[in-house]
Amino acid sequence: MQDLAHDVGGTGHSIRSQLDRVISSFRGGAVNVGALLVLLAVLVSLFSLLMPTTFPRGSTLQAMMFQVPELGLLSLAMAIPLISGGINLAVIATANQAGLLMAWILTAGMPQEASGTTLALWLAGALAAGFLLCIVVGLVTGLLVAVIGVHPILVTLGTMTLLHGCSIYFTRGRTLSGFPDALILVSNETVLGIPISFIVLAVIAVLAHVLLTRTALGIRIHMIGSNLEATRFSGVDTRRVQVWVYLISSLLCWLAAVMMMARFNSAGADFAQSYLLITILAAVLGGVDPYGGFGRIAGLFVALLILQVIASGFNLMGISPHLALASWGLILLSVMAVKRIAGALPHGRRARTSSQNAPVEIPTASKS
Amino acid sequence: MPRPGIILGRTETALIAANLVTAVILSLASPYFLTLPNLVNLIEAYSVTTILAAGVFVVLVSGGIDISFPATAAATQYLAAYLAASRGFPLAPSLTLAALLGVALGSINALLTYYLRVASIIVTIATSSIYYALLIYFTDAQEIYNLPGWWSNRFAFFRYVTASDDVVKITLPIVVMIAVVCLTHYLMSRTRIGRQVYALGGNPEAASRVGINVLGVQLLAYGYLGFLAAVAGFIQAGRVHQAVPTAMAGQELNVLAVAILGGASLVGGIGSMGGVVLGVFFLAMLQNGLNLIGVSSYFFGVVVGLAILISITMTGFAEKHMHRRRVTRSA
Repeated sequence: MQDLAHDVGGTGHSIRSQLDRVISSFRGGAVNVGALLVLLAVLVSLFSLLMPTTFPRGSTLQAMMFQVPELGLLSLAMAIPLISGGINLAVIATANQAGLLMAWILTAGMPQEASGTTLALWLAGALAAGFLLCIVVGLVTGLLVAVIGVHPILVTLGTMTLLHGCSIYFTRGRTLSGFPDALILVSNETVLGIPISFIVLAVIAVLAHVLLTRTALGIRIHMIGSNLEATRFSGVDTRRVQVWVYLISSLLCWLAAVMMMARFNSAGADFAQSYLLITILAAVLGGVDPYGGFGRIAGLFVALLILQVIASGFNLMGISPHLALASWGLILLSVMAVKRIAGALPHGRRARTSSQNAPVEIPTASKS
Repeated sequence: MPRPGIILGRTETALIAANLVTAVILSLASPYFLTLPNLVNLIEAYSVTTILAAGVFVVLVSGGIDISFPATAAATQYLAAYLAASRGFPLAPSLTLAALLGVALGSINALLTYYLRVASIIVTIATSSIYYALLIYFTDAQEIYNLPGWWSNRFAFFRYVTASDDVVKITLPIVVMIAVVCLTHYLMSRTRIGRQVYALGGNPEAASRVGINVLGVQLLAYGYLGFLAAVAGFIQAGRVHQAVPTAMAGQELNVLAVAILGGASLVGGIGSMGGVVLGVFFLAMLQNGLNLIGVSSYFFGVVVGLAILISITMTGFAEKHMHRRRVTRSA
C-alpha cells in the first residue's frame, strides 16, 4: 500500500484519513471478490452436475465469452461513475448514438465498392467520429455535473433523454445496417479460442483496475465518492475529477458501441435498452457501493461472469431467459441480505449513513 | 416541515410562467391549440402519466426512488384482465385484488429497502427485474384482448358539443386522474402522515429521533405508489382495450423525469403535487403543440431532454445562490 500513498503524495497529509478509508475499502473488497468467486464456483459446479455433457465444454465457454463483452464494457462505464458517487444513466443512449453515427458514416457516406486503403480510411474515420462524439458527450456531462452541482442522476437522466431523442429524431426509429465485412470478421475472430472482443474487455478491465487503484486520478475518484466536500477541502480539484469520470465513462460507451455494431451488424436508437438497469445490477452485485467510494473492477468482472453463467446455464437447460433475469434480481437481493447480516455482526463493516453526495439513500432509523 | 414557500415555491412559480408562455406561443401558432376538445384530449392522453407521477412524487418526497412501478402496473393490469376476461369476475373483486397486488408489490420494496438498508434505487432495480421476468414468464407475453365492456367502453361522465360540432367527453381517465391528484395533494399537505413523509425525506435521522415510524411511512409511500400503479394499469388497459404484459416497459425513467421536472427532489423532503401536475402539463402541452405546429413527433425526445437539462440547471444555480446567501448571512 506504500505506492498508493506515494501516488497522492502531492496533496499532502490532510488526506491521510481519506486514504485509510480507501485502503480499508480495498481490503473489504478483497473479501467481497472472494465470496463472489465462491458463488461463481458453486454455480459452475451446479450447472456442470446438472448438464455434464453440455455445460462444461469449450464451446459453451466460448459462447459465453462472445456474449459478455458488451454488457461488460457498459457495466464498466456505469461502475466508474458509481464509484465516484455519481451515476451515468446515459450509457446506453451514448453507445447507441455513437453507434448510429459510425453506422451512418459507413452506410451513407462510404462508397459501396470501397476496398483496401479507402475502406481502411473510411473505417478509421467512422471510428474516430464516434470517438469524438463520445468525448463531447463525456465532457458536456462531466461539466454539467461538476459546474451545476446537481446530482448526476438528474443530469444524466437529462442527457439520456436528449441523446435518445436525437437518435430517434435522426433515424426516425429505423435501424442502420450493412457494414463492411472486415468489421464483422474482426468481431468473429478468435485468438487461441478466445474471442477478440473478450480480450478487449479483459485488457480494458485491467486498465480500469490500474487506473482506479494505482493512479492519483483513481484514488481521487474513490475519494470524491466517499466525501466530495472533504476531498475539495483537502485541495483536490473535484470538478476536474468529475469531468474525467464522465469522459472515461463515455469513451467506454464508444468501445461498447463498436462491439455492438460489429456483433449485430446494425445500429439503432433503441438497442440494448434493457441493459441499462442490468449494468447497475452487475456493478452493485460486484461490490460497487451505490453511494460511491467503494468498488473493485475485479468484483465487477466476477459479477459479470456470474450473470453470464446463469444466463448460459438456464439457456442450455431450456429454462426461459426471463427466469434468468428474475434470478439475477434475486441473487442481487440475496447478496445484499448476506452483506447486511454480516455487517450487523460485531466487528463487521458498519452500516453507512447518508452523506452529502448520496441523496438517493434512505438511511433507516436504528444504526448499528 | 414544509415551509410556506414549498406550497408555491420557486419551481412552481417558474413552471407556471413556463406553462403560460408556452400556452400563449402555441395558441398564437395554432388556432386549434386553445380549443376545448384539444385541451381535453391532451389531458386524457397524459392521465396515466399523471397518476403514476403522483405516486412517484410521494416516494421521492420520502427520500426514496422506485423504478419498479411499471412492472407493478403491468402485473396488476394483467391480473385484473385475467380475472375479468378469462375467469368472468365482476368489476369489484377484479379491481380489489389488482389493487391489493399493487400495494403488496410496493410494500415488498419498502420492506427490502428498510431491512437491507440498500439504496431504494438498487432494491427496486432488483424487484423490477423479478416482477417483470415472472410476469412475462407466467403470461408468456400473451395479450388479453377480450376485456369486458365495463372496462373497455369509453364511458363519458359528461358530454358537451361545441359550436363547431366537436364532441367533448369527460371520460373515466380524466375523472380518475383528478381524483388521484386531489387525494395525493390532500394526503401530502393536509394530513399527519403527509407531514411525516416530508419529515422523513427532509431529515431521516431527525424524523426517527422525534418518533416517526420510519418503516410505517416507507410502507405508506411505496404501498401508495403500488396502489396508484394498479390504478394507472387499469386506466391504461381501458384506453388501449387490451392488457399487455410489456405495456409500461421503459416508462420508469420518463415518469421519474416528469416528477423531477415538477420540482420533486431526489434528496427528498421537498416538492408539491401542484408542481408535478404543472410539470406534466408542461410536457403535455409541448408534445401536443409541436404536433399541431407540424414539428415531427420524433423531435419530442429532444425537447424533453432539453427541458430537463434547462430545469435542473436553473434549480442548481438557484440552490447554489441560496446556499451562498445563507453562508454569508450566518457569517
